[in-house]
Formats: sequence, C-alpha cells, structure tokens
Amino acid sequence: MDTNVDVSMRVNGDPVSRRIEARMNLVDFLREELGLSGSHVGCEHGVCGACTVRVDGRIVRGCLMVAAQADGADVTTIEGLSDTGEIRALQDAFVERNALQCGYCTPGMLLTLAELMERNRAASRSEIREFISGNYCRCTGYEAIVDAFEMARSARSGGGGDAA
Amino acid sequence: MKPAPFAYVRAATLDDALRTLEEHGDGARVLAGGQSLMATLNMRLSAPEVLVDIGRVDGLAGIEDTGDTLRIGAMTRHVEVETSELVAEHAPLVASAMPHIAHPAIRNAGTFGGSIAFADPAAELPACAVALGARMTIAGKAGSRTVEADAFFRGLYETAIAPREILTAVEVPKIAPGWKSGLMELARRHGDYAIIGLAAHVEVEGGRFGGGRLVFFGAGDHPVAAAQTAALLEGETWSDRLADRLAASLKEELDPFEDLNADAAMRRHLAGVLVKRTLGPLAAA
Ligand SMILES: Cc1cc2nc3c(=O)[nH]c(=O)nc-3n(C[C@H](O)[C@H](O)[C@H](O)COP(=O)(O)OP(=O)(O)OC[C@H]3O[C@@H](n4cnc5c(N)ncnc54)[C@H](O)[C@@H]3O)c2cc1C
Ligand code: FES
Ligand code: FES
Repeated sequence: MDTNVDVSMRVNGDPVSRRIEARMNLVDFLREELGLSGSHVGCEHGVCGACTVRVDGRIVRGCLMVAAQADGADVTTIEGLSDTGEIRALQDAFVERNALQCGYCTPGMLLTLAELMERNRAASRSEIREFISGNYCRCTGYEAIVDAFEMARSARSGGGGDAA
Repeated sequence: MKPAPFAYVRAATLDDALRTLEEHGDGARVLAGGQSLMATLNMRLSAPEVLVDIGRVDGLAGIEDTGDTLRIGAMTRHVEVETSELVAEHAPLVASAMPHIAHPAIRNAGTFGGSIAFADPAAELPACAVALGARMTIAGKAGSRTVEADAFFRGLYETAIAPREILTAVEVPKIAPGWKSGLMELARRHGDYAIIGLAAHVEVEGGRFGGGRLVFFGAGDHPVAAAQTAALLEGETWSDRLADRLAASLKEELDPFEDLNADAAMRRHLAGVLVKRTLGPLAAA
C-alpha cells in the first residue's frame, strides 16, 4: 500500500499542500516541511507538551497526531499566535516575571495558557497549575509561569499597560 | 522516536471503516484520537501496516439522552464529556473522572471510546463503566452487538472487541435516586495514570448504605470490582470502625500488581485510604 498521503491545511492563515509520508506527525510537518521551528519536540510520546499546537481552535499534542489527521484543518503555531498579537500580554508577562530560562517549553506553555485564558480566565493558582500539568518546564519551577498568567490576565482586563 | 511506515486511510462511514479493516486483516489498526496509539507507534511497540482513521465517520460522536441511559458515541472527545451538562447531571461518576484523564491538550483529542477500547489497567473510564454497569455497542461485518461492562474487560489491554470490529458507543445508565458516586485516585502528577484509584457507586439513604459497587483501577490487569468488601456496606452507617473493616477486607480481597510506583502492599494500603476518603463524604452528603 502507498505509505504517502496528500495533505492540505491552513497554517497560521495560509493554505499549504504537501505530499508526505503518512507516518509524519504534525509537529514534524510544521518544522520540517514548513520550516516553522517554534513548536518544539521533546519526548514524542505525549508527556512533555513541548509540541503543543492549536488545531481547529483547540490545543493538541503535535507529536500524537499524524499530519494527515489535520487535513482540512486550521492550524495555529506559536509563530501565528505571536503575529496576530493574541498572546502579547502573556509574552510581555513572561519576560517581566522571568517565566522562561532556556525557553524550550515556552511555545507550548504559551499555547496552553492562551487556551486557559479563553476557557477560564479567572482560574485560581491551583487551577492554572492543573491546566499546565501536561507541560514540563525543567528550568523555572512553574511559579513564575503562574505569576505571568495572573499578570497577563489583569493586563488584559484593563488593569493597565498597553498590552492587549 | 518515529513510527515505522504505514498507510493511512480516512474512513467516511462506518461501513467504509469496517470494509477497510476486513480488507487488511491483522495489519490494520483503528485510529481514533491517537493519544495512546501514536505514543505506542512512536516507541515502535507496534507497527501496523495501515491505520484506519475513524475520526470523521458520521454518527460516531456525540452524547445522547435515550431516557434511561446516556449514549456516548465512541468518537466523543474527552473534553466534550468533561464539559457536558447531561453527563454532569446523569453520570456524575463519569464527570468526576474526566479531569483526572491526562492533560487538557490530550483531552481535546482523546476519545471516550478510545479509552474504553484501549483498556489501560490504570484508566478511569473502564472502572466507571464497570461500576455503572455500562453497555458497549460493537459493530462488525455481521452487524452490531452489545456487551455488558462485566464481560467486556477481559485482561491486560484485552476487551471483547474482536479484530476488525469497531466500538461505536457506550450506554451509561443514568444515576437513580438514592444513589451516589465518587471517584478518587492517587497519582504522582495530576493527569498521570493513577497508581491506584477507586470508582464507587453506592446506594445511600439517610446516611445508611444499601447495595453498590467499589471498582478499583490500577489494582489488577483490568477493572477490579471488590464485591466482598462492597457487601460489608449493606445496612451500615459511616464510622471509623466501618472504614477500618473495609480497609482490612480490601487487604484480603485485592491482589494488585507491583511496579516502579508502588509494590503490592502499598497498593493494598492505598486502597483502604481511597475507600475512606471516597465513602465518608458520600455518606455525609
Ligand atoms: C501523557 C498521557 C497521559 C495519559 N493519561 C491518561 C490517564 O490518566 N487516564 C486515561 O484514561 N488515559 C490517559 N491517557 C490516554 C488517553 O486517555 C487516550 O485518549 C485514550 O487512552 C485512547 O483514546 P484515543 O481516542 O486517543 O485512542 P487511540 O489512541 O486512537 O486508540 C487506542 C487503541 O484503541 C483502539 N481503538 C480506539 N478507538 C476504537 C474504537 N472505537 N473501536 C475499536 N478500537 C478502537 C485503537 O485501535 C488503539 O489500539 C494518557 C495519554 C497520554 C499521552
Ligand atoms: S514532544 Fe509531544 S508531548 Fe513531548
Ligand atoms: S524554560 Fe527551560 S524548560 Fe521551561
């Protein structure tokens, strides 16, 4: 049987089509076929969250989905999310609170926190921790990341600053 | 690691999916949410020749109120079950299980049917299905059949689904008046598979227990219903003495496995802890 497939999807707003190996997962497709290296690859079995991307409005593990499953879908990566300005307040707060050191986990963290901002912006600190429980950070100890979410949330609700 | 090469077929209908499975025989594998399957393929624990994606088969997703039961389609994503008002009202045991299943990004993709079909020994939903007496609908070449939860989970990752069959839906009986349920588990990190967990579904009226089921996960190769211990509840009210009797009975009744997380003695001990933490509040509520 043919182990290649044709896939077409929208990535960060732009339509893309490729013929790829059926076994190619979504994060490899984004990084290797499209050169979007902002989404990272860590464990490749769903544990670390470095590969988190948004598919049809929801975050998923880019390593646990073959690109073919995203055929016809709307995919957003950290590059797209940065360009639209949707997570500007979160990004500023990450810098402000030192919520990253090596930065390996950061794209996945930001995608995950952007979804939390949508679903439960008033999340308590323990709810924030629960929501990012699937994203490993080996540097920060998470406290600064939780701080950054709280800071971004008040910036977004008009608490101050030009971050929007 | 990367998976070995495979072909990919996206089924448009259930018949289409069943036909493709027939065609490719043992080399074919159903792909639902991929949250367990892709991990095993990436680790090369298995190497199917063709994946049959049922993600866009019409009619396999959704939660329906049938009167006495909720019919949960196999392709219903965990997140839909987690946020469903029907589930919260009529199947509180399932609702309380959902936040424990992996992490948000995995619940966005993983499916209810996938968890039941995969039958991980430490998974929450198989234990809920046994505690509630759910019925699984399985489709094959010859048509559809229904299997009771007790007969469905057969061994380690082994269920009543035969090769070339597809689980299409799970029917969960609605909770009856006078019944209460609770789920608790102990895990190293929130969202990880449980070291051990308990799905309890019991009759309690005026603080007094009637019948019910105590089903453990992470305690054997498939969900373990502790029937002997559950029988001790009949007619009793909650007390420390009862809690101790239940814990002692569980030490006799359970025969858990050992792994890096816990040896068998620790799992037996934790089973008693879970029973206390789960049933006490149910009796009081
Ligand atoms: C890091 C991590 C942590 C996790 N933690 C938990 C946890 O704590 N608790 C828990 O319960 N789960 C956990 N999971 C697993 C998750 O819940 C999966 O979604 C689920 O086990 C499988 O569902 P799926 O739809 O992704 O199935 P898939 O991965 O697509 O399929 C799994 C298996 O079931 C078969 N299958 C799937 N659907 C059907 C069907 N309808 N008919 C016939 N066969 C079918 C497939 O062929 C395959 O063999 C975790 C996963 C990861 C990656
Ligand atoms: S690379 Fe996908 S979760 Fe680790
Ligand atoms: S900043 Fe290094 S892993 Fe999170």
